[in-house]
Amino acid sequence: MSADLLRLEGVGVSLGGREVLRDVSLTVHPGEFTGLIGPNGAGKTTLLRIILGLQPVTRGAVLIDGAPRPPRDASIGYVPQKLGIEPDTPLRVRDVVSLGLDGHKFGIRLPSRARRELVDDMLTAVGARRYADARVGELSGGEQQRVMIAHALIGRPRLLLLDEPLANLDISSEQGIVSVLARLARAEGIAVLLSAHDMNPLMPVMDRIVYVAAGRVAVGTADEVVQPEVLSGLYGQHVDVIRVHGRVLVVAAPEGIDAAEAAAEDLGVIR
Amino acid sequence: MNILRHIIEPGFFGSGPVHIALAVGTVVAITSAVTGVFTVTRGQSFAGHSLADIATTGGSGAFLVGLNQFWGYLAFGAGAAAFMEMIGIQRRRGRDVATGVVLGAALGLAALFLYLGTQYSTTTGASFTILFGSIFVITPSTVPALIVSALLALGTVIALARVLLLSSLSPDLAAARGVPVRAVGAAFLMALAVSVALSAVVIGAVLSTALLIGPAATALRVTKGPVRAAAVAAGIGVAATWLGILLAYDSYYWPPAGRGWPVSFFVVTLVVGGYLVTYLRRPVTAAEPAPDAEHACSAL
Repeated sequence: MSADLLRLEGVGVSLGGREVLRDVSLTVHPGEFTGLIGPNGAGKTTLLRIILGLQPVTRGAVLIDGAPRPPRDASIGYVPQKLGIEPDTPLRVRDVVSLGLDGHKFGIRLPSRARRELVDDMLTAVGARRYADARVGELSGGEQQRVMIAHALIGRPRLLLLDEPLANLDISSEQGIVSVLARLARAEGIAVLLSAHDMNPLMPVMDRIVYVAAGRVAVGTADEVVQPEVLSGLYGQHVDVIRVHGRVLVVAAPEGIDAAEAAAEDLGVIR
Repeated sequence: MNILRHIIEPGFFGSGPVHIALAVGTVVAITSAVTGVFTVTRGQSFAGHSLADIATTGGSGAFLVGLNQFWGYLAFGAGAAAFMEMIGIQRRRGRDVATGVVLGAALGLAALFLYLGTQYSTTTGASFTILFGSIFVITPSTVPALIVSALLALGTVIALARVLLLSSLSPDLAAARGVPVRAVGAAFLMALAVSVALSAVVIGAVLSTALLIGPAATALRVTKGPVRAAAVAAGIGVAATWLGILLAYDSYYWPPAGRGWPVSFFVVTLVVGGYLVTYLRRPVTAAEPAPDAEHACSAL
């Protein structure tokens, strides 16, 4: 029927009687870089959890290759926003990447040269080879993101989901992660779907935007979606889109100027 | 050889209780240390301590009704582990409050059981045995049960090792990969309860976490990877236990003559001493490669 890697059809989710997402439809194709953009609390994480199979949907369907999503799908790789580990956790970077292959399995395995080389290759691909023998809990946020991308990639996923990978990163780490991801999408044909509250660092590489606000989505290219009419319809209030110095700012103006500034900060789209 | 004779007092290797102590001590030390590495990694040291307090109640209850205290440690520890899992140990706040409330009750009950036990029994030193252990008076008939329990707990932890590590990296990530995170957590908690019960036999219920957490915490300061951490922790646990048994045996010849010092004193002191020694050198926590740590070592 289609070459869609991932398709959501009219997906709705209610949590504790509250409608968190409604009527979400979107498609992701192989090799495509999609930004899941929206303010904090808009439903981005819920949407990612649906695709991961961690959150059941109330309505609609989640299709992988045109078929309902199986309970466990090895074709989806996931990079969580934050690792829940302490600096003394006995996991070196190479252990973490190796867990990407078989961390879900019971029992033990013996070390092998082939595995070690595979792990090294993955670390090289994401630019993390340098700290392969460091403990992952001692790395900076940006370094941990690279390691977790290698962890996800070693399972050879066709779709890579990342939850706010750019949050709390300095500018150079941010650019480093974005370029690694863009290269993976272009060279390896891996579909990348990444959530972010600020779309600007992603503008050069995004093929499509899924803009989430108030539990609904608008889907299309950046030029199609980031328009005052589209976003105003989504937010349910008047929104201005300001382009300045090559950056895009989405500004809501509910009542008066002060309120507009406050709202823009709430939306997290001004930095 | 003369020096050796001074270190190892006569009769050490010929003593039956020493054989049992060494055999049980070794298996228990390995199990506790390996379980301990995952306990510390998962941030469940407090759960381990809680299980130890509740095991105290079980041990004293078993003594009161005339059972071997190991079965009391085991039954109460496993029951408490199941209860902690039921009330949602995943939620940090729930687990702190619930364990805190239950602990007071458990130790209060232990006080009652020990008091009643000493009233109705002529056995002296029962309280001491339960609270602080006594590896030289292990009933030979319980040895197979102790060793089988230890191997079961150790086997469970090893079988779950990778899944536990993935879960500690990110529970969501593990769940998305199809890991039954909650069931794995429950199974680990059960293995932890068994390890605590076993340590209680060796060094007493109150001190049992020393054998669980001490070697693991020390190993985590000097190693980086999971396999090495488990191996080093096991080595530290076994060394402390053996040395503790040897020193306790020797102490019969120390003043006051004819009264040995408790094994648990030596084991715990050695474990804590080992941990403190790691502070004399820079920990391998810095992201620097190993050569630096070696320099720090040779500088000592």
